[in-house]
Amino acid sequence: MSPEFITKYLPLYEKAAWLTVRIGFAGVLLSIVIGLLCAAILYYRIPVLTGLTAVYIELSRNTPLLVQLFFLYYGLPKIGVRTDAQACGMAGLAFLGGSYMAEAFRSGLEAVEKIQMESAQSLGMNRYQTMRYVILPQAFSISVPAFVANVIFLLKETSVFSAISLMDLMFTAKDLIGLYYKTTESLFLLVVFYLIILLPVSILGAALERRVRYARFGA
Amino acid sequence: MPDLGLEVLLKGQNMARLFTGLLAALKISLVSVVISLPLGILLGTLMTWKNPFIKAALWVYLEIIRIMPQMVLLFLVFFGTTRAFGWDLSGESASVIVFSLWGTAEMSDLVRGALISIPAHQYESGEALGLNKVQIYRYIVVPQTLRRLIPLSINLITRMIKTTSLVLMIGVVEILKVAQQIIEANRTASPNAAFGIYLVVFLLYFFACWPISMAARYLEQRWR
Repeated sequence: MSPEFITKYLPLYEKAAWLTVRIGFAGVLLSIVIGLLCAAILYYRIPVLTGLTAVYIELSRNTPLLVQLFFLYYGLPKIGVRTDAQACGMAGLAFLGGSYMAEAFRSGLEAVEKIQMESAQSLGMNRYQTMRYVILPQAFSISVPAFVANVIFLLKETSVFSAISLMDLMFTAKDLIGLYYKTTESLFLLVVFYLIILLPVSILGAALERRVRYARFGA
Repeated sequence: MPDLGLEVLLKGQNMARLFTGLLAALKISLVSVVISLPLGILLGTLMTWKNPFIKAALWVYLEIIRIMPQMVLLFLVFFGTTRAFGWDLSGESASVIVFSLWGTAEMSDLVRGALISIPAHQYESGEALGLNKVQIYRYIVVPQTLRRLIPLSINLITRMIKTTSLVLMIGVVEILKVAQQIIEANRTASPNAAFGIYLVVFLLYFFACWPISMAARYLEQRWR
């Protein structure tokens, strides 16, 4: 290990890490929005849209992100849809993550038993109140573990972005290995930076899971 | 109707070449699945034992493998170990090593989860009926564990197939690499080939994974 090499290329990794974090979190946020929309469509069984959503979920869950990105980045421009690499990365992550989030939210909603809805109605709550005070808090609590797992999964998936020439951590590591043969140092920095990004998320996620475990109380 | 570049597929052996590429990727997944499933069952069972050393060691292994992106693990094995130990490792072997390590970790977690989901009264009822330890496992624990485990492990197989697409990044010739070659070779004749070819690659992956996912869902609902 050469400390000079590490200090010299630290800023390069830092820049790459910010790119990963930026696109990663933007992609996760978009996934949450898509996931909520899809879960609501499936829960209320909105005609036509339910079918479309089901098709989207199957397509997205049964194909790798790398292949999705290749199609978005290299395929779509051929029919006139031009986007830059960053937007593609975000869109790809959102396309993949949307279905995973939808499944997490939907299974949370469906896990709330029917008797909860009936009890709320017999207490004189209207549809909005039932949703707001009875169904959603429980559904949220139940979907948190899957939600946390999805966030970490999506952040890890960002490691394929170098395939569409985004200068992320993988790209930087591969570049430095190719240029200087400093394999050990480059890989060391790569692992350290991924840990800096992923460990806090994982710890926060575990804490969140402990805090919102209330739906299972008394069960 | 713009030119979608689909005609390239019908030229020469292109479609067959794409299938060969898909098979190359599927072969890596298959080998890794065959290694991971038994090892995962073994480690997952060990995790439910009371021995604190075994537990701690397995926990460390599981956490290290799961926190790192599979892409990083691939780089560590393909570039890192070859440099550190001076051995020669093909991209295929590196991929099988990484996906087996990862698959084993994921599988062991599924096995552990399925085993601890069997409530204690199941064991106790078995004992009360006079069954011995082997009989309790044979007739009570294993059948119930398998029902929970099989759909989840089938899902793991689709995850492994999807993850195999990463081997492109360490230079293994698989379906995406073949697709790139075909697009490159037909650059002048069909400049739009990228659209059609990558669409087909997308669909091929979909039709490789979808039936497996459906089988998992069917079993899950049937055995609920």
